[in-house]
Amino acid sequence: MTHENLATYANLSLYSAMAVLTLSMLGYAGYLAGLLPSRDAAGESSDENATVTAGDRELVAAAGGGSAPGSSVAERSTPSAAPDAEVPLRARKAGGIAQTLALLGTVLLFASAALRGASVERWPLGNMFEFGVAAALFTMVVFVVSGLRRDLRWLGVFVVAPVLILLGLANTVWYTEAAELMPSLKSVWLIIHVTVATISVGLFAVGFVIAALYLAKDHFGTGGGGPRVLRALPEPRVLERLAYGLHIIAFPLWTFTVIAGAIWARQAWGSYWNWDPKEVWTFIIWVVYAAYLHARVTRGWRRQAATWVAVAGFACIIINYAVVNVYFVGQHSYSGL
Amino acid sequence: MSLSTQPNDPRRDDDITQPTLGALGMLRFAWRQLTSMRTALFLLLLLAVAALPGSIFPQRSINVVRTTEWIAQHETAGPILDRLGFFEVYASPWFAAIYLLLFVSLVGCVLPRSKVHWKAMRSQPPRAPKRLERLAAHESVTLDGSPEEVLEDVRGALRSGRFRTHSHDDTTVSAEKGYLKETGNLLFHLSLIGVILGVAFGHLFGWKGDVILPVGQTFANTAARFDTLSPGPLVDPADFTPFTMKLTRFDAQFERDVKGKGQFGSPRDFTAYVDFQKAPGAKVEKKVIRVNGPLETGGGTAFLLGNGYAPHITVKDAQGNVTYSDATPFLAQDNNYTSVGAVKVAGAGPAGKQLGFAGLFLPTAVLDKQGPHSIFPDALEPALALSAFEGTLFPGGRPQSVYSLDTSGMTQLKNKEGTDLLRIWLTPGQTYTLPGGQGTITFDGVERFAGISIRNDPGKELTLVSALAALLGLILSLTIRRRRVFVRVAPAEQQGRTVVSVGGLAKDDDEGMDELLDDVLTRLKERRT
Ligand code: HEM
Repeated sequence: MTHENLATYANLSLYSAMAVLTLSMLGYAGYLAGLLPSRDAAGESSDENATVTAGDRELVAAAGGGSAPGSSVAERSTPSAAPDAEVPLRARKAGGIAQTLALLGTVLLFASAALRGASVERWPLGNMFEFGVAAALFTMVVFVVSGLRRDLRWLGVFVVAPVLILLGLANTVWYTEAAELMPSLKSVWLIIHVTVATISVGLFAVGFVIAALYLAKDHFGTGGGGPRVLRALPEPRVLERLAYGLHIIAFPLWTFTVIAGAIWARQAWGSYWNWDPKEVWTFIIWVVYAAYLHARVTRGWRRQAATWVAVAGFACIIINYAVVNVYFVGQHSYSGL
Repeated sequence: MSLSTQPNDPRRDDDITQPTLGALGMLRFAWRQLTSMRTALFLLLLLAVAALPGSIFPQRSINVVRTTEWIAQHETAGPILDRLGFFEVYASPWFAAIYLLLFVSLVGCVLPRSKVHWKAMRSQPPRAPKRLERLAAHESVTLDGSPEEVLEDVRGALRSGRFRTHSHDDTTVSAEKGYLKETGNLLFHLSLIGVILGVAFGHLFGWKGDVILPVGQTFANTAARFDTLSPGPLVDPADFTPFTMKLTRFDAQFERDVKGKGQFGSPRDFTAYVDFQKAPGAKVEKKVIRVNGPLETGGGTAFLLGNGYAPHITVKDAQGNVTYSDATPFLAQDNNYTSVGAVKVAGAGPAGKQLGFAGLFLPTAVLDKQGPHSIFPDALEPALALSAFEGTLFPGGRPQSVYSLDTSGMTQLKNKEGTDLLRIWLTPGQTYTLPGGQGTITFDGVERFAGISIRNDPGKELTLVSALAALLGLILSLTIRRRRVFVRVAPAEQQGRTVVSVGGLAKDDDEGMDELLDDVLTRLKERRT
């Protein structure tokens, strides 16, 4: 039973979200662009050691001052005078609009998922298209919620752009008409397992973006090599710490995903672990991220190397969704024994 | 991550020490290496890589047919990969070697740590360092009151912040909190061992068996009645509980409304209705088995894992004697249930030859350029498309599949004119008279069958509980911070006032330390006013 009107509204809501997010992305890009001259100037004029203020959690700090080795002994850095003042008015405006539009886009994505669920009277996580929309939604939610605690306007463009690509793919390559589910998917465990999985993918995604920015910024050094945009980003140490913070929320959620999946597999397939390709990759992802957490505290492993492990983890997530779901033969058909 | 005033923190690798000569030294060295964090990390990454091929190559434990086909198609690579265990990755010696080493490493790492942690939990926080301003986070304030009074409130403030406190002398307080972090970490790692034990237990004492059960037939839970049975090494099938179940009805629903790609014809609901008896002679209970709703039998759980069609076929000889009459399961090959199967008439015919039929069952049959196939999974226009053979059904008595004929000892029958191979097309109720006085074959009608899998895994509870404990440990270990705070008081220059210095020590990148010190000082000031 489907309610075609609702499905149509769901799609309309999705298109609106994409339009709004495109504008939001442009706003964030404008914000970053506006940040550059001021940061360059700050980099030249200010004391080399000017770093992030710990007190007000403001991360927009003067670039140029590198995290000298050893400076990780958290020196109580001089609280920089209201950093927002360094940001030109136009950039601030663009950033503000981008923030509002990001929030609106997220709400529209949520509405789209909810309407689609209503149109088929089930949880809207039953096929590739719906996974794509939900992953985009949760990535945005993670970004918006993390942005409540600290200023993440510099991150906007790097999150919203991939989200738009994901939505584009979902809408073209993976589009599936709204319909009921296969019997094997009719279970509360669908709601529990797949929802938590998608939430953790959202966390891993934002964590991955920050990790990649960290590696890029670290690679080119803080001296100013590499793409200019890197200069608009916070210090490497701050980026690394932020990425880690997201990963340690995502990892227990992924652990839960594995456990819930096993419980469901036992109900639907008779055995809690079957080494089905999807399970194999879920396991690989779990092990790789466990390795990341280990690498981070293993002597002789630098933070950069550890972060590469996290990046590999996210590559595995992409493979799990884009490749395994589509090309690998698994236990997903119930046509016969 | 180590709190640097704690000597000998075992969570850090010891510097690689030169091995002392001699076997014992070598052993010790090897053990150190194995239980080092670096090795654990290496083994973890190796485990991820080793798990990979199992998702790329077909696995025997999942799909024997696809595996055999793959090996046959790759003449050189197939057998080599087979010998290397690539088609049974998760049972291969190299996969086992990695995870066993990992777990030895885990035990070697976690047990000593547990001991250290046990001691740490019962000992007092260490003496405050001489110069608190050297610590990563530090602050000082001057308050009214004598040093003794202030120190008393410092203790109170710290305790209300859930610190454990101890004074090694009259002017300092050492405080520590976050012991649960390490407890959680140990719980996590130890629970992983529980998971492995549960898996191993289930493997040794568990079993699973599959049976294809057409509507109207009864299954009895004995080893012989299963189509396939894989008992664990320590299982005696003679101990199976003797329940029975009769499949009385099977409902299947497929998508008809939504015509879009990938949806039309998708399965929507399967339900098997059974008459269940716990033991012979026990009360008959009406039960249902659904795809996500297995039936607990008391001696294993019955899952509905497949379904298909079992056309009822009758074969008679020239005299009209029934030589075969049975609901014959055909196995679905695609989403529209184009199904293959065979009829083996074991009794010998007039010339001492046996008869066999092989071919397709089509629930919604069409015959076009692609040949006979089904275009919808429901039985809307069922048909049988068969070829007939005569000869020896079981040459050499070799075991063979019930769903296909071994035609090596048979010849295919030709049509009446002898011009072409015989092709039989039957719809329900139709009878075909075989050429040459071989009798008749009748398609009486079609039933559905349920593919039931009965499984017993006595290790699953241990695995589940351990996994949940691991999750709890993980959350504790990742969210809690272990922190030490030291406070020193000294009389200020003004009479009746006291300088309070606080310093904090934590993991090297604990951002919240300054806030924590602020919090402690705020609590202290509240107490002083
Ligand atoms: C089955 C293999 C293993 C898995 C899946 C695993 C997983 C994990 C995870 C997810 C963490 C993160 C918790 C945290 O950061 O506090 C962790 C931490 C840790 N693991 Fe393992 N581990 C395994 C084996 C080992 C082994 C063999 C050792 C010892 C050599 C070890 C030593 C540690 C240590 C010391 C930490 C603490 C890191 C910290 O305090 O931040 N682990 N492990």
